Amino acid sequence: MSMEEPLVMARGLTKKFGDFEAVSGIDVQVERGDVFGFLGPNGAGKSSTMRMIGCVSPVSAGRLRVLGLNPRDEGPAIRARLGVVPQEDNLDNDLSVGDNLTIYGRYFGLPRAVIKERAAELLEFMQLAERRDARVEALSGGMKRRLTIARALINQPDLLLLDEPTTGLDPQARHLLWERLYQLKLRGVTLVLTTHYMDEAEQLCDRLVIMDRGHIVAEGSPRELINRHSTREVVELRFNSMEDREHSVPRLADLSGRVEPVGERVLVYTDNGDATVSAITSNGVHPAAVLVRRASLEDVFLILTGRTLDE
Amino acid sequence: MHIVERNVRAYGNQLFGLLSAFFEPVLYFFSIGIGVGMLVGDVTTAGGQSVSYRSFVAPGLMAVAAMNGSIFDTTFNFFMKLRMAKTYDAVLATPMGVHDVAAGEVVWALSRGSLQALAFLVVMAAMGLIESVWALFALPAALLIGMAFAGAGLAAATWIRSFVDFDYIALALIPLFLFSGVFFPLSRYPDAVGSVVAVTPLYQGVELLRGLVLGEVGPGLLINVAYLAIMGLGGMRIAGVRLGRLLQP
Repeated sequence: MSMEEPLVMARGLTKKFGDFEAVSGIDVQVERGDVFGFLGPNGAGKSSTMRMIGCVSPVSAGRLRVLGLNPRDEGPAIRARLGVVPQEDNLDNDLSVGDNLTIYGRYFGLPRAVIKERAAELLEFMQLAERRDARVEALSGGMKRRLTIARALINQPDLLLLDEPTTGLDPQARHLLWERLYQLKLRGVTLVLTTHYMDEAEQLCDRLVIMDRGHIVAEGSPRELINRHSTREVVELRFNSMEDREHSVPRLADLSGRVEPVGERVLVYTDNGDATVSAITSNGVHPAAVLVRRASLEDVFLILTGRTLDE
Repeated sequence: MHIVERNVRAYGNQLFGLLSAFFEPVLYFFSIGIGVGMLVGDVTTAGGQSVSYRSFVAPGLMAVAAMNGSIFDTTFNFFMKLRMAKTYDAVLATPMGVHDVAAGEVVWALSRGSLQALAFLVVMAAMGLIESVWALFALPAALLIGMAFAGAGLAAATWIRSFVDFDYIALALIPLFLFSGVFFPLSRYPDAVGSVVAVTPLYQGVELLRGLVLGEVGPGLLINVAYLAIMGLGGMRIAGVRLGRLLQP
């Protein structure tokens, strides 16, 4: 393949399960060295897309090329150069930590001597070296996830696919994982990940698409997306009850910015948070709490779809 | 064959399980073959020979050993890896495909099954129950029986949804064990029942091994061989297709 060809190239990519369309004609392009993200709520079609890219789920319609090859005819050749970190840990509980890497390397047909060398290095990199002989069950959630990533790197993949890499991990484990993934990026590994955490997408991704109900609703770098679709700042008003909120919303109507009610909160989009807060107070609205913050990808999603990411 | 390597690593330390599986047919042999055999006297085989009851029962139990040795791995262990541990989801993210998985599990299961059959053959030889040089082919025949049941077991296990469904497997295996001509010849049945038994799978294995060990070799054995080969290869193929449907929707 030529150097210019993108690592992933999808046009009108569609996945159907019976009558249900999980992915509806999306266009995606991932360049070498990118960290590319699919951001969206559960059920948006992110995992289905990842499984098609990972060549374990046939394409229903549209065109898909991975590493310049067609997944339909060349699945094994593509998978030989992919690393896959699934959403659900599927480490081999019958094997030790070290043997998980050894046997996985053997599935790729790698010689034992090569695997031995790489496994030692990967366990070191993922801070698991002293757990080499431990049973997998004995590992914490964060360790299991790191081992799954180490396993995905045993074949030195051109492309690493991570489906919800930090879901279910505690904050400390997440930050360690983000840091390791950032190190991989620095080493030039191309990463494609899905997430429903906007902070994860902002931290890690160079470019991302926002997905909702099988469609891509926006695309760009995190900063571009926020600049294009949201205001600079957001005023969050928290009310004590839905009734309080209902009473207040009409009185926010004459504010210049967009107003989005979310549960017992109201978000007001503005380029000057402090000025908006003064205007709200002088309109006679007195919420239980007020917070001015910078706009995030969460806001972009809310503005584009009218829903929150964790809905 | 990397699946076999994986299983060696994973279960290599479970020699005890292998040992107990080996003892099961041996214990049956001592209890029924020798114990009951003392009461029943000689048996006339399909080939018209009159042999001691223990000589009659031993090859049948060897076929049972080959069947049992491969059926546990391809049903229970396979189900655990498929539905519970999600082992194959990880395997299929590599260049390995569904048919590699099916073939790997069958080879693993039949290598265990044939180890048990070999051990049983050694016991038979030690007891002086080998009547013919054709018995040299008893081991490859046991491999074939193992493959047949491994393939069929694997295919069946893809339909198992919960532990309760294992009762169906037991429901199939127990009558096979008791009524496939292991303990008494087919001629004891009414004709209608006998012709039903004659098309069941374990009966093919029993006939094949008994023919070889007692030296009653004829072209009829080729039918048994073909039956078992088709059963094994067909089962493996079905299992591969089913795995594709289950794991790569």
